[in-house]
Amino acid sequence: MEFFRIKKDIPFMRHALVFNVISLITFLLAVFFLATRGLHLSVEFTGGTLIEVNYSQATDLGKIREGLGKAGYTDITVQNFGSSRDVMIRLPLKAEQNSAKIGEAVMGVLDAEAPGASLRRVEFVGPQVGRELAENGALALLLVIIGIVIYLAMRFEWRFSVSAIVANLHDVIIILGFFAFFQWEFSLSVLAAVLAVLGYSVNESVVVFDRVRETFRKVRGLTTPQILDHAITSTISRTVITHGSTQVMVLSMLIFGGETLYYFSLALTIGICFGIYSSVLVASPLVMWLGVSREHFVKPKKQIEGANEDGAVV
Amino acid sequence: MNRYPLWKYITVVVALLIGFIYTLPNFFGESPAVQVSSAKATLKVDTKTLDLAESTLKAAGVETSGLFLDANGVKVRLKDTDTQLKAKDLLEKAFNPDPADPHYVVALNLLSSSPKWLTDMGALPMYLGLDLRGGVHFMLQVDMKGALTKRLDAVSADLRSLLRDKSVRHGGVNREGERISIRFRDEETRGKARIVLEDNQPDLALVEQGDGSDLRLIATLKPTAILKLQESAIKQNMGTLHNRINELGVAEPVIAQQGADRIVVQLPGVQDTAKAKDILGRTATLEIRMVDDTPGSLEAALAGQVPFGTELYIERGGRPLLVKKQVMLTGDRLTDAQPGFDNQTQEPAVHLSLDSAGSRIFKDITRENVGKRMAILLIEKGKGEVVTAPVIRTEIGGGRVQISGSMSTVEANDTALLLRAGSLAAPMEIVEERTIGPSLGAENIKKGFDSTIWGFATIAVFMTAYYLLFGLISVTALAANLLFLVALLSMLQATLTLPGIAAIALTLGMAIDANVLINERIRDELRNGAPPQTAIHTGYDRAFDTILDSNITTLIAGIALLIFGSGPVRGFAVVHCLGILTSLFSAVVVSRALVNLVYGGRKVKSLSIGQVWKPGVDTAVPK
Repeated sequence: MEFFRIKKDIPFMRHALVFNVISLITFLLAVFFLATRGLHLSVEFTGGTLIEVNYSQATDLGKIREGLGKAGYTDITVQNFGSSRDVMIRLPLKAEQNSAKIGEAVMGVLDAEAPGASLRRVEFVGPQVGRELAENGALALLLVIIGIVIYLAMRFEWRFSVSAIVANLHDVIIILGFFAFFQWEFSLSVLAAVLAVLGYSVNESVVVFDRVRETFRKVRGLTTPQILDHAITSTISRTVITHGSTQVMVLSMLIFGGETLYYFSLALTIGICFGIYSSVLVASPLVMWLGVSREHFVKPKKQIEGANEDGAVV
Repeated sequence: MNRYPLWKYITVVVALLIGFIYTLPNFFGESPAVQVSSAKATLKVDTKTLDLAESTLKAAGVETSGLFLDANGVKVRLKDTDTQLKAKDLLEKAFNPDPADPHYVVALNLLSSSPKWLTDMGALPMYLGLDLRGGVHFMLQVDMKGALTKRLDAVSADLRSLLRDKSVRHGGVNREGERISIRFRDEETRGKARIVLEDNQPDLALVEQGDGSDLRLIATLKPTAILKLQESAIKQNMGTLHNRINELGVAEPVIAQQGADRIVVQLPGVQDTAKAKDILGRTATLEIRMVDDTPGSLEAALAGQVPFGTELYIERGGRPLLVKKQVMLTGDRLTDAQPGFDNQTQEPAVHLSLDSAGSRIFKDITRENVGKRMAILLIEKGKGEVVTAPVIRTEIGGGRVQISGSMSTVEANDTALLLRAGSLAAPMEIVEERTIGPSLGAENIKKGFDSTIWGFATIAVFMTAYYLLFGLISVTALAANLLFLVALLSMLQATLTLPGIAAIALTLGMAIDANVLINERIRDELRNGAPPQTAIHTGYDRAFDTILDSNITTLIAGIALLIFGSGPVRGFAVVHCLGILTSLFSAVVVSRALVNLVYGGRKVKSLSIGQVWKPGVDTAVPK
């Protein structure tokens, strides 16, 4: 079997401008949604209480809402997840309530209003912890970016590291844009997925850049766009197979992993799809715009004064 | 060409063997067990406890599959959960005849049921996180400001009595926020006070302020003293938590410090959060009372007639003791308790430090009661225990109290701990709580396991179909990677959580990248007309650089997660980072060893790597 029977290098770079415009539009849309809708942050970041209960039979959410409302809880969200028997209740942080006891209090109300609930999970996060988690998340992101830029600049060239990081940050913003648009819950595990994607799709750019560097060194007489086309074409088979394999794993988590892993694998799915796109079709044009050329990779041979053609000095 | 030296093969085989051995315990699973451990710091679990447990179970005809003693206590392994519950009840009755005053913790537990030789090698199953086994997780924040003001209040009282003792006239000692200000009428007394304070209070930093008739000395705690205070506050709170959690009967509680002022408490298997919170938040106090030594009254009390105003207690060591109900001094006045030795007799002793008000009270009590006995009691849940009841020999001033006599060093240590741990050094607040029901835990394991297996199976089928023998080798290398990863996690006893399982799945999905890179490179070489052996060689060689680069960038992200992540993210990051390292070894070394074993050192006409399509040769593709 051989999926990719490509005779000539595909002229990706001829359409570089188009790709960059598409990217820019998607990127701006993502920023727009992030700014207007914002992220639907989980209790881990905002602080508050999350209670997950399970009923043996399908239950009436209205009753639960009403009961909790009567008990004096405001701003609560009650929703089903997974099945009609699983109920998730979210309560915001309230200064006057004894937050540590909220779990029991809510269970007390449920027992009275809609009996038969068994407690599955309680998560309470204080306001300070939430803020710290958000800060640490931002710091982690920053550290990843700096680390990758430095490593790539050392291994390749600054032009490569800048384009790789721009391309991949564009992925991150787009993932966040999706989460903002659909108002999917952004939790700590989603953050982990986002950061994993960042590392993973840089890896994709690295593979392409490796080929670019190799082609620059080996083949003479090709223009920069031609070299980029060649590098992308010769790695495309690997790109698709690798990402396919990773996606299969992620898909399997999406299907079998249940609620906890759902948004995690969703973030990974978007990240993988845009990861392919951005590292091939965003990073490479960027390298081209930044003006990479053969001289950046081939060290000029030192001319020793008085040396003859063979380089021998007598 | 393409032959590995023998040592490389041996390395691979040994690595696989070690991986296999350490993965093995995970297949044996865990069997139900009952654990008996001490509920009191002063009570040690030893072979006697083991014998009692054994004879109790034997007498009741409960079959066990092994009893043994380890650092945590006596553990009894049982066949099934029914006998486990039965054994727990029996042991509970045997060890705690008085349920109101438990001396031992009898808890349900799970023990690795792998054969003994595996356990002896340190091969244990992975440690499951709370989201996989169910339980409660609390994060408590210690109120350091509270601890600081408490300490400053005590210091101001100390300063007042110190200045009075040294006859330095002052115009008032007041705590203002986080500093203490002392007023003086003239420069001379201020200078005198300064010398006195510098000599007696090395923890204070002093600054002179004000002029004219309003002269002040501002005292603040030195940064080192604050640091020490915070450290001891968090240690003491952890000690207290430990003692309290013992009562919950949790088999393997985790109590750990996180950051400068936080404590994480994890109680696997505990479902009753209300009780857990109640116990964590409870305060214990110390009380000093006098012993009623009136002749005849103790006998009367033992006969059932406790004289009015007294209570009957059993002293440690078993002697009955009649203690007056009137409380002379409470633990609020205790600032520290340290084990040590008596200066004269070199006997083990516990040194107590009282704050200034406490010292004054204590001085009065001892002066008025020379020759009598006083009792030091620890009051918890409204129930008291006599820690010690020494005879007062002389008046004791200065707030330094020494308890000694008929104590071993161990007992002195334990008593000091008990006294310190009796109360919280600073108030605590729950800032994070996570409760996971046991059914959810079991479901999470199944979900994580299913995702990994199905993903792996799909990849295996595809790789074998696409790359044939090389695909099979890649899949074998991937399986080896899984083996190494699980073995490493078991070896390190890292906590496996659901995000951790997700990381295993994701790592496998990413690890196949290395093998795809290698296989594609080999195909490339073949396409360019290289002979099979050269193709393998250059394929592996060329792919290695790329594999290294891409793994390092992924590792950078993993390490950042490890540093800044907490909770679920950390669980993910640990597995992710380890997975990248194991995948480097398995994808490059293990797969190469297999390839060399199959193809190395002989003449090969073609490689079983699937169809290698060459442009120009294949005419089937229409132009």
